[in-house]
Amino acid sequence: MGKLLIQDKEIVVPGEIIAEGMDHLPGQGTYREGDKIIAGRLGLANVEGRAVKLIALSGRYIPKRNDTIICQVIDVGFSGWRVETNSAYSAMLSVKDATSEFIRRGADITHYFNVGDYLVAKITNVTSQKLIDISTKGPGLRKLHGGRIIQVNCNKVPRIIGKAGSMVSMIKNATGCRITVGQNGLVWLEGEPKSEYIAIEAIRKIEQEAHLSGLTDRVKAFLEEKTGKKVEPGVEEPELR
Amino acid sequence: MNTMTYSKRLNDRKMDELRPIEAKVGVIERADGSAMFKIGNTWAYASVYGPRNLYPKFMQDPQSGILRVNYNMMPFSGSGERVRPGANRRAKEISMVSEKALLPVLDLKEFPNSVVDVFIELPQTEAGSRCAGICAASMALADAGLNMKDLVAAVSVGRVDDKLLVDLDYSEEAYEDGPVADIPIAMMPQSGKITLLQMDGEVTKEDLRKAIGMGKEACGRIYEVMKKALKEKYEVQ
Repeated sequence: MGKLLIQDKEIVVPGEIIAEGMDHLPGQGTYREGDKIIAGRLGLANVEGRAVKLIALSGRYIPKRNDTIICQVIDVGFSGWRVETNSAYSAMLSVKDATSEFIRRGADITHYFNVGDYLVAKITNVTSQKLIDISTKGPGLRKLHGGRIIQVNCNKVPRIIGKAGSMVSMIKNATGCRITVGQNGLVWLEGEPKSEYIAIEAIRKIEQEAHLSGLTDRVKAFLEEKTGKKVEPGVEEPELR
Repeated sequence: MNTMTYSKRLNDRKMDELRPIEAKVGVIERADGSAMFKIGNTWAYASVYGPRNLYPKFMQDPQSGILRVNYNMMPFSGSGERVRPGANRRAKEISMVSEKALLPVLDLKEFPNSVVDVFIELPQTEAGSRCAGICAASMALADAGLNMKDLVAAVSVGRVDDKLLVDLDYSEEAYEDGPVADIPIAMMPQSGKITLLQMDGEVTKEDLRKAIGMGKEACGRIYEVMKKALKEKYEVQ
């Protein structure tokens, strides 16, 4: 009879034995050796029926297809741009994925994006050698003007966004800032300096308390205290952030 | 030849007793992973950066990410004498063996052409510094969220005169009235596999066997401390 040696939602360290026997299945972040399931990284154990997986709590961003990221142009070539993605690899944005406008051969493409510009882009492809293609064609994908960029732990991004965007839209409503959260851990904000500051504080709070429940209520109370206004709970917004 | 007639050690420890250990994870804010490991008067800090892009390009490996370990004793870390700062033959060797001790647990296949940098700094040392460094580095690598099949725990064991001891301090390592063997061991505590085994001195085959056995047992105890430190950082308060 198989036996689970840890609790659900417990922190496990690499090499820790999670379960014995063949009754459980090794999920993401775990591996099987003999009849044991062993943790292959540091993470939060998540038991779903027979499967056990680990949720990452730390680590750099790993580029994934269809992620919306915030990235910075670091080089301009003949037919595209090289961008920095806050990961181990830079990405390529080719002219044909950048705009639907007609661009003449040999035209000066710095007119569209120049070195140092920040973009909201979507990862269209990642190869096994981690060559990354991105696109800025699509709803919500654009060049960012003004505002400021902060860096957060990319593993906490789902909490910052909240269920269908409810958390980030609550911060937007409370502070009046425009906010874009990239899945690579970069966040862009623009608004009044004071409200920008409150929004950053709120995001830092979410980042620190991401593992605790009842976070939405605490962030709401925090925003109400800081802004001195009644804050409506965030609406679930389906569009891209 | 004198024989050591003590049943206890000079520092009042039992033969297989470790020096007091303190471990903490997440001590360096800006690093991707970091840890501190203190064993007696030997203090090690490790920070991990990466996976990040690797230059010069000829160092890149398209099959897998590489690990780069740098071991450094701080200028004021020695026994009163100033340690000359910067790389030296000894630091280079220890960096290399630490890297080889840590690599078997890591899986960097997911990060081709990239590098994971580990910096081990020792603000204060009194024997066993490479072992403390390896312990700190393995916690820092786990903290950095890398794929690892196990942690690595390390300790030095040895023979001083006719006694087998665990976790030698400087007075034991520098014992002059009899033969001394200093054997740093690093191992994966779950599987019991050894990833580092060095020796300085002389020892018989039987004693070496016994010493490794004692080291393995001690590594198990160090592993528990490392595990606790890692969980403490992330546990829900």
